[in-house]
Parts: sequence; C-alpha cells; structure tokens
Amino acid sequence: MKIDNSVFNLQKVLHDLKHFLPAQAPLKDFIHHNTLHAFQDKHFFDALNEASTMFGYITSLSLREYRALFERGKIDKKIVDRTIIENKGKIQSLIWSNKVYHAQFIDETEQRIGALRSNWKTQYKIDLDSMVHPNLFRVLCSYLDQGISIWNFPGENKSFLSALTELEKNSFVSFFKNKRAKSILLEGNYSVESLLKLLIGNSGLFEQYVFDQQFAHPGWSGLVATIENFPETLLDKRKITLEELIIFECLLEIDVLDSHFGEIWAPLGEKVSVIPTSLFAPFVKSELQNVLEIWQEAYEWTYYDQVLAGIKLQANEVKVISKSFQAFFCIDDRECSIRRHLESLDLEAETFGTPGHFNLDFYYKPENGNFHTKVCPAPLTPKYLIKEIENKSKQKKDFHFNRNTHGLFIGWILTHSLGLWSGFRLFWSIFRPGDSPSAVSSFRHMDPNSTLTIENISLSDREDDLQIGFTVLEMTDRLEGLLKSTGAVQDFAKIVYLVGHGASSVNNTHYAGYDCGACSGRPGSVNANVMSSIANNPKVRVLLAERGIDIPNSTQFLGALHDTTKDDIIYFDEQILSESNKKFHEANKLTFANALDLNAKERSRKFMSVNSNRPANQVHKKVRLRTVSLFEPRPELNHATNTLCLIGRRSMTKGIMLDRRAFLNSFDYRVDPDGKFLLNILNAAAPVSGGINLEYYFSRVDNQKLGAGTKLPHNVMGLIGVANGIDGDLRPGLPSQMIEVHDPLRLMMVVEHFPEVVLDTIQRNPVTYEWFKNEWVKLAVCHPETKEIFVFKDEQMSVYHPMKSMLEGVKDMDKLVELGEETFPVLLINNHN
Amino acid sequence: MENYIQIFVLIPLVGFFLSLFIPKKNENFISWFSFSTVGLQLVLAIVFSVYWLFNHHHVMDLRGLTVFETKDYSFYLDFYFDKITVVFLLIGALLTFMITVYSRYYLHREEGYKRFFNVILFFFSGFNIVIFSGNLETMFIGWEILGISSFLLIAFYRDRYLPVKNAVKVFSIYRIGDVGLILAMWLSHHLWHSNISFSALNNYDLVHEHLSSHTFIGALISLLIFVSAAAKSAQLPFSSWLPRAMEGPTPSSAIFYGSLSVHIGAFIMLRTFHFWEHQFSIRIFIAAVGLTTSIVATLTARVQSSVKSQIAYSSIAQIGLIFIEIAAGLEVFALFHIAGNAFLRTYQLLVSPSVVSYKIREQFYNFVPRHKTIEDSLPKKIENSLYLLSLKEWNLDSFMYRYLWNPLKRFGNKLNFLTFKTLFWIFAPMYVIGIVLKLYRSALDPILVKYLPGVFAFVGLVLVIKAFTERKSVRMSWILVILNHFWIAMAISFNENFDFMHIVLYLSGVVVFGIIGFIAILRLKRIEGKLDMNQFQGHIYEHPKIALVFLISCLGLAGFPITPTFVGEDLIFSHIHEDQIFLAFFVALSFIIDGLALIRIYARVFLGPHSKTYHQIAKRSS
Repeated sequence: MKIDNSVFNLQKVLHDLKHFLPAQAPLKDFIHHNTLHAFQDKHFFDALNEASTMFGYITSLSLREYRALFERGKIDKKIVDRTIIENKGKIQSLIWSNKVYHAQFIDETEQRIGALRSNWKTQYKIDLDSMVHPNLFRVLCSYLDQGISIWNFPGENKSFLSALTELEKNSFVSFFKNKRAKSILLEGNYSVESLLKLLIGNSGLFEQYVFDQQFAHPGWSGLVATIENFPETLLDKRKITLEELIIFECLLEIDVLDSHFGEIWAPLGEKVSVIPTSLFAPFVKSELQNVLEIWQEAYEWTYYDQVLAGIKLQANEVKVISKSFQAFFCIDDRECSIRRHLESLDLEAETFGTPGHFNLDFYYKPENGNFHTKVCPAPLTPKYLIKEIENKSKQKKDFHFNRNTHGLFIGWILTHSLGLWSGFRLFWSIFRPGDSPSAVSSFRHMDPNSTLTIENISLSDREDDLQIGFTVLEMTDRLEGLLKSTGAVQDFAKIVYLVGHGASSVNNTHYAGYDCGACSGRPGSVNANVMSSIANNPKVRVLLAERGIDIPNSTQFLGALHDTTKDDIIYFDEQILSESNKKFHEANKLTFANALDLNAKERSRKFMSVNSNRPANQVHKKVRLRTVSLFEPRPELNHATNTLCLIGRRSMTKGIMLDRRAFLNSFDYRVDPDGKFLLNILNAAAPVSGGINLEYYFSRVDNQKLGAGTKLPHNVMGLIGVANGIDGDLRPGLPSQMIEVHDPLRLMMVVEHFPEVVLDTIQRNPVTYEWFKNEWVKLAVCHPETKEIFVFKDEQMSVYHPMKSMLEGVKDMDKLVELGEETFPVLLINNHN
Repeated sequence: MENYIQIFVLIPLVGFFLSLFIPKKNENFISWFSFSTVGLQLVLAIVFSVYWLFNHHHVMDLRGLTVFETKDYSFYLDFYFDKITVVFLLIGALLTFMITVYSRYYLHREEGYKRFFNVILFFFSGFNIVIFSGNLETMFIGWEILGISSFLLIAFYRDRYLPVKNAVKVFSIYRIGDVGLILAMWLSHHLWHSNISFSALNNYDLVHEHLSSHTFIGALISLLIFVSAAAKSAQLPFSSWLPRAMEGPTPSSAIFYGSLSVHIGAFIMLRTFHFWEHQFSIRIFIAAVGLTTSIVATLTARVQSSVKSQIAYSSIAQIGLIFIEIAAGLEVFALFHIAGNAFLRTYQLLVSPSVVSYKIREQFYNFVPRHKTIEDSLPKKIENSLYLLSLKEWNLDSFMYRYLWNPLKRFGNKLNFLTFKTLFWIFAPMYVIGIVLKLYRSALDPILVKYLPGVFAFVGLVLVIKAFTERKSVRMSWILVILNHFWIAMAISFNENFDFMHIVLYLSGVVVFGIIGFIAILRLKRIEGKLDMNQFQGHIYEHPKIALVFLISCLGLAGFPITPTFVGEDLIFSHIHEDQIFLAFFVALSFIIDGLALIRIYARVFLGPHSKTYHQIAKRSS
C-alpha cells in the first residue's frame, strides 16, 4: 500500500473521539441526555443517516415495523400521503407512494467503523480483541473501582499510567507476556504516535485506527472520557485520561502480536490492501433512508396532529375565584396525570408545572455526609451549599453486602451461621416483599425532621468553597423567577404546595435515572423544602412585594415529596401551618391521597402483575408492593412514552387526556410579554426534556448498540457501570425494560404565546436554537388569543390546520384506565362540562 | 418405601417433557406449570424426608430399570437415599422453587421466556437424577443433563458473542469432568467385575478386600472421581470457569453457579467417601487441593471489581473449605456448610444489582478512601506481585488454553491438508483393511493383535481432533465425528470377541442422528448458500426449527442418554482391559472431544451474533 504520511494531530483526534463517544456518567450520576449529542449540529435526519453510516447504529424503526404500525392504524394514511407530498413534491409523489407502501429494499448501508482494524483478523489471522479486551477491562475497572474490591489497586493517588508503571516496576509478575511492551512502559519515552508507528506504520491511518480501537469498546472509553472531563463525578477520585487508555491498549496489542509473531512483524499499514472509507467521508442518503424518514414523520404527525387539534378545541381560561389550594409540580411527564386527578377531584384546586429544582441552584450536604451533591440541572455550577443538620435517622445495614462475607475464615463462620438465615430472607423477600436496606427510597434523601441551613448568616460563612445558604436578596430573586415564569403572581390560595418528586426501587442499578432530572438525578425534597421556606420568609415577602408580587400573610407554602413509584407523598414542616390552614391542609391531604390512588390505578394498566380492574386503593397497594420486590425489573415505567412538552397556561390542555406523555411547564404569556422568562424555560426544557426524549428514542430503536440491552444479566462493575457477564464492555444507555413500551417519537414542544415573540425568543440563545432549527425537538405555537396553531419549520412559523377537527371524548376515566396497556390517542375529557 | 424414591426423579422429568409442549406465548401458564412442578417436588420432599427421619431413617437402595443385560454385563438404573440425598434434595427443591417464582416476574416479556423455564426444569431433572443416583451409570445420565442445561443457560442470550463463547468454554471444562467419570466407570468395571452400586461401597469388607489387592487402581479411581468433582465445583486448576458462567439472567446464575451446580462436585465426594476414606494419601491430596483453592480464590475474590465475579470466587473459596471438611470425614459439618454457602451466595447474587445504591450511600456517609488490608503488611514487591497475580486470576483461564486447547488446535491444524477427497481416499481403504484384518484376526501376530486396537482408536481420535479444529466445512466436521465412532467400534470389536449386536447397539444412535444432522446441515446450506466455521453465524435467528433438530442430532451423536449409543459407550468400556490404559485413554478422549466438536459446530453455525445485520445486533465486546 502506498505510504501516506499525513500529519496526525493527536489533540484534535482525542477531542473528536471524546465528542463521539457515549457521554454517560457513572451510575450514581445517571442523567438522561441525547445519545447522539455529537451530531446535534446536523439536521435530525441527516444525523440519523451519518450516525448509522459511521457507527452502524440503527437510528429508526425498521420498514417492517413502520408498516406494521400503519396496519394497526397507529399511522394515519392521510398523513403519510401529506408527508410524501411535502417531502418529495406533488409530481414525484406517486413514485414515492409506491416505495413507501410497497417496495422492498435491500439494506445496503455500510458501516465504516472497524473496517481498518478488521485487517488484523483477515490479514494476520489473529483475534486481537478477544485477547486484549478482557485484560484491558479488568485492569481499567480495578483502577477505577469505587468500592467493590476489598484489596484496592496499588498506587494511591497516582494517575492511571503512573500507577501501572509503578506496579510493573515493583513486581515479579507483569501485565505483559513479552519483554518489549514491558520495557516500553518502564522506559517511559512513549507516546500515542510512537506506539501507533509500531502498530500501524502509516500515519495517514492513525486517526481511523484510534477510532476503530476505541469504538470496539465504546462503553469503557466513553466512561474514561467522561471521568477525564468531570473528575468530581467519582467520590473516590481517579486521574485518568483517554490518552492513557489508548497508550495502555496499544501496549497490550503490541504484546499480543509479539506473543504470536515474535518481535518482528509488519505494521498493519503495510498489509492493508484496500484503504477503507474514511469515517468522515461524504455521506450518501439511500432511498430506504428517505422512505424511513417519511414513515417517521408520518408516525410523529399522526400523534402531533391529534394534540394540536385538541389544543385548538380547548375552551378559554375560566377564572377560579376561591382556590382550595395551589400545587406546584415538576414538569416531569410522570406528574402529568396526578395533576389531572387532583383537578378532577377538587375543581377549585389549581396546579402548576415548573422544573423540579424550583429555580434553585445549590449543592446539598446531608448530616454526616462526606460529600456535597448537586441538586439542580446538570449544566449549572452552583455557588451555594445547603446543609442538613439534626438528622436522626440511621442507615440500616445488610450483611449480604458486607466485605467480610468474602473473607476466608470469617466467611467460613458467616456461611455456617448466617447462610441459613439468607435462605429464610430469600423466602421472605419473594413471598412477603417489604422494605429493606438494599432498597432505594426517595423519602430517605432527606430526613423530614431535620433542619436545613437556608438563610445565609454572613458572606464569610463558607464551606467547601461554597456559600452556605442564600442571602435575602438571592432568595427573593429565585422566588420571583419561579412565580413569574409560571404566571402565579396573584390570587394566591391559602396553602401553596411545592411538590418535588423522587422514586423508589430495589435491585435497580439505574436508580438515579428515576429521580428528578432537574435535580441532577436526585429526589426533589430538599429543593421543595428550601423553596417553601424561602417563600414563607417575611423578609423575602417584603422585598417581593416591592417587585409587584404580593403574597397575603395568610398564604403559606408547604414543601412535599411525591414518590412516583409508590405514589405516596410526604409533607415537610407541617407544624409551621397556622391553625386555620391546618384544617384546610387536612382536607387537602385527603384529596391528595385519593388522587394518588387514582394515579396508581392509571399507571397499573401497563403492569402485568397488577389487576387494574379493582378499586383504586386496592390497586395502589399492589403498586406499592412492586417497588420493594426484588424480582420486579420495572418498578415504574419512568419516562416511557414521553412525547410532548407543553409550555403555557393550564387551560391550554386541561381538557385533554394526554396519557402521561407530556412535560407540562406552566407559563403565562401575559406576565412575560417579551419572552424573558420564556427564554429561561426553553433553555432548560429543550435540553432536559429533549434529552430524555432522545435517549428513550435511541435506546428504543437500537437497544443493543445505543441502549444497554436487557438488564437481567447485568453485572455491576466497580459501582460505576453495568456490563454483561464479567468480561464485557460497559453498557451505557437504557435497558430494554425501560424502553420497550416507548413509542419512538421526537418531542413536540407547544408554546402558548404570540408566534413572532416565540420566533424571536428561540433565536436569542444559539445553543437552544440548534435543538429547534435542526429539528431534534419539534416546535409549535398556540396563539393565545385566536387559538391558531403555528409550526416552526425551516426557521419560520407557518400556520397549521390540524387534519382532525374533532376528537373522541372520554367520560369515565376510571373505566378507561382498565382498558389495558396500549397508549391512548388524544382524548377530550368530558367530565368538566 | 424404597419404591417411592423414584417419584422424585420422575416428577421433574415428566414436568420437563410436558413443559416443552406449552405454547410459547402463554407466559402465565409456563411459569405456573414450572413452579407447580418444583413446588410439588418440594412438598413431597419435605413430607417424605420428615417421614423417613422419624421412621428409622435407614439408607435406602433401589435397583431400578435394567436397560441392557448380557450374561456378564448389565446396565441398570439404581437409586439411593440417605441423609446426603435429603440435604441436597431439600436445598435443591427449595432454591429452585424460589427461583422459579422469582423468575415468573423477573423474566416477563423476555425473549426466550419459555426456553428459560424449560431449561430450568431440565436442569432440575439432571440435578435430581444425580443426587438420587445409586451407581455411577445413573449418575452419569444426570451429569450429562447438567452439562447440556448449563450450556443452554449460559448461552441464554445466544445472539451475543460472549455468552456463547463462555458457554462453550464452560462446557469444555465440564467435559474434562466427564473423562474422569467415564474412566472411573471403566476402572470400577474391572475392579468389581460388575457395575457397583454406591450402597455396596458402604460395605467396608467388600471395599477393603478389593482395594487391598488393587491399590493402584483404587487410587486411580479416587483421583479420577476427584478430577470430575474438582471440575464441577470449580476447584484448582479449573476455577476460572465459574465467574465466566454468569452470563444468563441473574436468577439462573444465582441458583446454578451460586448454589446447586457448583456444589455437585462436593456431592460426589460425599457420595463416594467410603470408597476413598481408607486411602490416606488421597484424603491428604483432596484436602491440599481444597486448601490451595480456598487461598487462591480468596485472594482473587479480594481484588475483583465486579460484583458477580467477587461472589463467584468467594463461593469457590468456601467450597475449597468444604472439600477439606469432606476429606476430614466431617460429613454433617460439610452438609451444613454446603447449605449455608448455597443460600448465602444465591441471595447475594440476587441482590447484587442493589450493591450500587447501597455502597454509594454507605460511602457518602462513611467514606474511607482506602481500607488498610492485611496485604499491606507484606513487602511491597510481594504485595504487588500477589495483587497482579490475583488480578490475572492466577493465569488459570489461559492455563487451560495453553496446556489443553491450544496443543489440540495446533495438532488439528497440522491436518489441514485433509479435504473431503483426501479423507475418502485415505480412510476408506484403511477402514476396509481394518475389516479384513478383523476377519483374519486369528491368523495375525499376537503382538499386532495387541496393539492394533490402540492404533485404530488413535486414528479415530485424530479424526475427531480434526473435526474439533476444522474451520471451513461444517459437513466435513460432522462426518469426521461420525467416522470417529466407526473407528472406535472397529477398535473394540478387534480387541475382543465383540457381539455384532453390541456394535449395532452402539452405532444405531450414531447412524440415525448422524443422518438427521447431516440433512439439517444440507438444508441450511441450501437456504443460506455459505456456511463456515470461522466465526459465529447465529442462524438460529431465522431457522430456529433447523437449529432444534440439529441440537438434538448433536446430542444423539454425542451419546447423550436419548439413544442406545449411550449404553453402547458404557458397554465399549467394559470390553477394554484394565491393562489397556492407552486404548481406554484414546477412547475416552475421543468421546470428550466428540462432544466438544459437536457443541462447537452447533455454536458456530446457529449461535452468536447473526451474520445478517438487518436487525439489532450487540457489539461483540458487550
């Protein structure tokens, strides 16, 4: 092969590589994000095509699946035909119709990744991966391990390569089988380039080789890149870089080759007869890809059209004069139904949606905690710390996780004495599941009886380089932001509940993904508690009144936490309520309890193990039981089926049954005529709900490469990730149990405001604008006065006339939810009329 | 009362067969049927055990069905019941019952829901046959079932690379255990001149009388049994298979490799204790291996950074101690230890996903950056070396490759010149010559007569090694395995005056399943065009029916107890004289590699990542 010694720029390659590798943090910090974030600067469909060509990902449903959905009526024929015309023009539409509905295609998509490196197998007859990977993964995992191993990797506080070198130098046993790799490591004058020179020879192929090599195990490489960028994500810190990983892997490869061929073998570059297509070579879109795009859009619009029709059919806002209570919930799609139930049980109740961190940015440090943990959206870097004091609860212990069970002699005594007890425990946990120390409960995040350091005493009161508590001014800013962005600026009820949310589960490695996304994968209890305390602070109210929001003295805020898995709620600091409010609170509590029963029943229709055709409180009991059952891989279905993000007044969607598919963000265009708060909402909602939506999308369409596969065989590696078996690569993404009922539709965001204001607002932040411009999130606008619908496409707003003029209605919600697990079409709720 | 003990073998077996006919879609019925079967076994086991305990609890031995009999050979089933059986019966039934209930929900919606419960019941049948067996032959039937069901469970996620690779790996270690058992059976034929039941081993005078005149054979039998036990219980040098078996759904890993399957080795040692209890050196040896294993496994467990491999090595360490207890004659103590270890590890594996939230929470409050460990008191260089050795699992995984599989492969590769044609032109005439020689056996030089069987068996062995290492033609590999059986038949019939009917018995299964399997290969080849053995092709994705037929053919051809070949294999060994160690060794090795070659064909053609990529396929490394 001809020599092409073009320049290899290591820093650029490392940068690109990190960009494309999975960006999932260690398990405890699991946060949803767009799996294909690296392609976000491209249009959605171009990105699907490129990602699939480069990395062999499947990026949409298959043609067979789309056609099956069509047969089942889940995709509307009229909308398919409309999409064909929109995409291909009237003249071509007949030809394309045939392709869409009938033609058979041979899948000719190439997969570029791995092509160069496969030459080891074809030209050298050597299976490098099977000899390198197990050792590499084991060393890597042992180095990064956060607390499974009892005897830790030697070389405390040393970076990866220096720990390895130290160990290699001072040991009778080696990482390697041959001399050469060992001496290269010990001499220390190596670089990625020098090692690649040995392996490949031809520097023109270096970049492609490194991509091939790292994408043979994207799980581990992605994690190393993430830890390199955010070392604070590990409690037990490690210094590791992707460059070090590549160096060690190259050394292992050289060692394996030396074992086979001795020290003299031709570098790969000399034996490659055909240069494989470069990863970044121009992309071609196949006909099949075009057809899949049409199907995907038609699939999406079949649903969107119903939603937009429903919004158009909504009555104007009816003012409630006396409110029994107001409740703020997280925008989370799992809170969509509980709000509906509350409102249907108590017609005078008013509910709001806002991101669950309640506009607060701080780190939280529980009593006796050694670390502080972020409880606001992941991109923020807070300057504040809230501490918990006077916590009286203790962590319960479980000897099954005790390291002594792995000892020889203590283990011997333990197996003899406690072994039979384990059998009993097992029997008990199968036939009488109950709470156990191994379970995760959102209620444990913060002891309800503890105290929080909310108000800053003096600016010099600092810890871990963070200011403890907020000043009165800082508190007022945050409360004002919360109230103005949601439009809750007048007519306050006697009690305003701020309800955070969290989840409970057992045997769930992805537990962090079940909690509040706006609180960085933690339950929202602290935020709810802090914000209600701020809102009750008389000094804050004085300042707030100066800014035009007058909260009556009789109004009290109360923090609460909704456990979305158990459908239970706890309230914080109930003792602060005035005597009269206490009475109201007792009545409201009953409403909440009933709503939670109904909510549990509604959720239960997708659970096989629960019979939904029973009274709500009985179904609720069964639902609670699932959360503590070891054998239940689906304690809740989390964000599955999420498709919508609605930003506007409650009246925009109050009368439609959205089947728990919508993120609901309260917003009143009248409070925010020029879109100042709207921009903040969009800045948060686009990446948070868009990220959740796209992670579900990609994990659903390619659960093997972009998701984590089934969770049943998962093995916990070093407390940071999961793998299959003991030799496997880490599996980022969502397990199949989380996504199997998900419909892969992009998120549709609907904003209630004037189209020109929205168009202007989204363009103010280029990062946010990218989401809409490239259609990773779809955007529609509902004109608040005319109820006309506009859709954002090609950087403009254009009027949209829904194909459906009427939707089916539903009278008896209780009967409806007994109908089984299929997702419902958009339905009009008739019980208000 | 003796007659009732057969019920415990029948319930799981009947349950297994019936479970095969339940429609795949009916999740509820499949799981209900499975835990009812196991539950019935559990209830009856408890009732029976209690009754037995309060009624003299004497040891029971039941001579069951005689499968085949000639005047100096008899193959019969034998069942046995004593306190060891009771303990294993109760642990097995209880754990399997709990796991089937557990999996009812855990596996909901999983592809292969039915297959999972089928295999659990199959495994459970094998387990019960082993623990109730009254002689080595009966035990071997259960033993084979355990091997196959383990393979199927490890490769439960058959569309991924690693589970299939590890399933083949574990199966091959199990096969080594099989050699031990087969050869032990062969030697005991000659020691006792009949099939010996375990109850006879309790007769001290009888054992003593035979062993005192055959000390060497006695020691050899004990060692062979121990090799089988060590392989099954992951003792040195076989330990590294256990963590690699953890590829299936967590509950199946928990009961198989956390509890039931790994303790079967200990069971065999307990069962045969009276045979070797007077061989003092053997007892020392077993205890020494147990001790070394427990130390090495503990060190390895201490450095494991994945939760399942840590539990696996801790379990191996405890089993090492159990072996010491058995060697020391502390039977009851060992039984308690087995029960405790089985329950503890099962539960630990089942809650293993919770380790993340539990430990992270613990760390959040009580963070100690680095625990001082006992190893820190060693000189740094020693500590580092021990750490690295433990991290590399004491090279046990590569050990098996280096000393066993790689030499075989190298040898097989030397035969690469063999093609369909050469094969025919070399071995067909050779076979004809062999037959001619047999006809004129009486006219041959006695020395030639003495060595020819070994030569024939060796030819058979060479063929099967070639089958095992073949990388191109599936058909060739298949035919070579069949031919191997024919050469062995010739070797044995040359060795002794072997009844023609015995040859028919032995070869009938080979021929029938050989043909069926060959047709399956041809059919697949006609549909798919190209088959090779270079990599996994996953054709089961599109052709599950052909795969099933082929799997059954493999089992038949490998002498699995569904054909007369199974009895034939045992019969063949009864015709190998005790001084023909090489012949016995070649034949035994042939059987082992035979099974391996067949499983390898099945795995390469039907399992692993599908060669067509129109659907979701996992990365090879995952």
